[in-house]
Amino acid sequence: MENIIEIKNLYKKYKHAEEFSVNDISLNIEQNEIYGILGPNGAGKTTLISMLSGLIKPTSGTFKINGLSPQKDGFKLRQIIGIVPQEYALYPTLTAKENLMFFGSLYGLSHKKLRQAIDESLELMGLSKFADKKVEQFSGGMKRRCNLIAGTLHNPKILFLDEPTVGVDVQSKKAIIDYLLDLNKKGTCIIYTSHHLSEAEEFCTKIAIIDHGKIHAVGTPEELVNRVANAENLEDVFISLTGKELRDVVV
Amino acid sequence: MLKRDIGGIVIIFVMPLLLIVTITLIQDSTFKNLEGSKIPIIFIDNDKSEISKNIKYELENGKTFELVTNYNEKSAQDAVFSGDYQMAIVIPENLTKDLNSNIDSKVQTIVSSFGLEADSASAKKKTEIKAKDIHLYFDPATNIGFKNNVMNAVNKMVFEIENKKIYKAFQDQLGTTENLDENKNLISFKEITPTKGKMDVMPNSVQHNVPAWALFAIFFIVVPLSINLVKEKSQGTSVRVRVSPTPYYIHILGKTFTYLIICIIQFLLMVAVGIYLFPYMDLPQFDVTGKMFHLIVVTIFAGLAAIGFGVLLGTLADTQEQSAPFGATSVVVLAAVGGIWVPVFLMPEFMQTVAKFSPMNWGLNAYYDIILRNSGLTGIAKELIFLFLFYIAMVTISIFYERKQNAV
Repeated sequence: MENIIEIKNLYKKYKHAEEFSVNDISLNIEQNEIYGILGPNGAGKTTLISMLSGLIKPTSGTFKINGLSPQKDGFKLRQIIGIVPQEYALYPTLTAKENLMFFGSLYGLSHKKLRQAIDESLELMGLSKFADKKVEQFSGGMKRRCNLIAGTLHNPKILFLDEPTVGVDVQSKKAIIDYLLDLNKKGTCIIYTSHHLSEAEEFCTKIAIIDHGKIHAVGTPEELVNRVANAENLEDVFISLTGKELRDVVV
Repeated sequence: MLKRDIGGIVIIFVMPLLLIVTITLIQDSTFKNLEGSKIPIIFIDNDKSEISKNIKYELENGKTFELVTNYNEKSAQDAVFSGDYQMAIVIPENLTKDLNSNIDSKVQTIVSSFGLEADSASAKKKTEIKAKDIHLYFDPATNIGFKNNVMNAVNKMVFEIENKKIYKAFQDQLGTTENLDENKNLISFKEITPTKGKMDVMPNSVQHNVPAWALFAIFFIVVPLSINLVKEKSQGTSVRVRVSPTPYYIHILGKTFTYLIICIIQFLLMVAVGIYLFPYMDLPQFDVTGKMFHLIVVTIFAGLAAIGFGVLLGTLADTQEQSAPFGATSVVVLAAVGGIWVPVFLMPEFMQTVAKFSPMNWGLNAYYDIILRNSGLTGIAKELIFLFLFYIAMVTISIFYERKQNAV
């Protein structure tokens, strides 16, 4: 299958940092994949996703998304990607519908199309009856679901998700995963970071384990489990590759 | 949507009204003598003669002061210096007598020098009389402007009395029956004000204060706007804007449009207060006849300048703790430099030069040109261009900074 993302020797070193956050990463991601980027705190997951989604500039290296270069084709690229940040990137004093109208309109969707997309997504996420409630009144799970809808209204070709299920209950997590699976079925490539290894094992078609800014292993969940001796699940693989040392990070 | 934040509406729309009403009331009463609001001052008459009676009469009929007379010089000094009274006037002993003698003696000398016969007895009497001092005591906290006004008024009274006395002395010496004092003021002042049709446009405190403080309030939009931009960064919504295909400048234009509407509403409310509320508060009515369109044009350009500044501040600041105090303080500094509080011509030369670079000064001049100097759009074109260029400069810097920070 065709690669939708091609990363070559990507580096990122923040100002005043002693080490590279992303250290020579090269990676190919195929169309229609659900790609999990897993790693302990401070491994470089968010930095990698931020570079790919155009939020920060790489120190060196190149990447192409759907054949488009971020430097040359920034506008076209932004039209085909979606991002769901780790924080609830919503206006708390606006209602769910108002937030979605605003963020959807940034992608130039017609009013009618946008309303239809919002109604469908809210319905799928079980938020229809809260559409006119202010987001600040929402529970954590509701905010996460709304956050996800805001990043997907324009039906992106590639969706970057940074810990989309962190801090939510089982029901919300299921709703989020189902929603993402549905999007993937419709053709969206999903790039996803998480600490929930069992969730990733179930959900992802391919996984890259990164630590200290470097990729340590790439493969399907089964391939990774089979690659490590005595590993029964992804957690065993993860510990084996990244160690048991605590990773406390000061940003 | 606005109904959701009543507190926010109060702060944005009602606080500027409160500001404008308070400042205008305070400033108006400084210049205006309201019935029943006379300033009590101590008056000590040690002369008890013609001059002191004249001064007392003038002060009492001036409607500004209420004279308190049961003090001696020592106790008056204590009362004024301790802040019980704004001032005390002490007329020295024998002021009338000594002034009369002094004038008589000088007039006789002049008359004699022309070879005219003077009263021989009094001509010989060339007693040098020392100049008398009228003592003025001021509360150290008294406003300098008030102090200068009072000193000028007393000076003028004494000068007029001296003049009368000199004329009288000449009349007596020359034995003329013609009243030389008839044309009191050979030179007088006539203020020529700008006219509108056949009517004189008389500036008053309202005409000065409404535009000045409206401008101050408009510039305070810097604070909520910069906080809004910083909040977008901290809550992550700016991330969505940055990864979207909509360019950052469109986002800024959207904010400009919204905040410009707020500025215009703020201004209209302040004008409405000036027109409809001030007359009920014993203040002059704010006259905008035939000027409203021009005033709104200035408001739009001043609003643009304020919004540009707010955008830059919100783009550069990382936290609300940086943007809010800096925004508020810088608006106060711009107001001070721009001549909102102290007229530019009263500032030191260096500050007068600095004032020329303050957008609030451009806005204020444009408002004054329309309200007080009857200018049209051509007359304020320079100020409007400056305000617009300021907006463009601020937004351009913000966009470049934002691009530099986030360029891929």
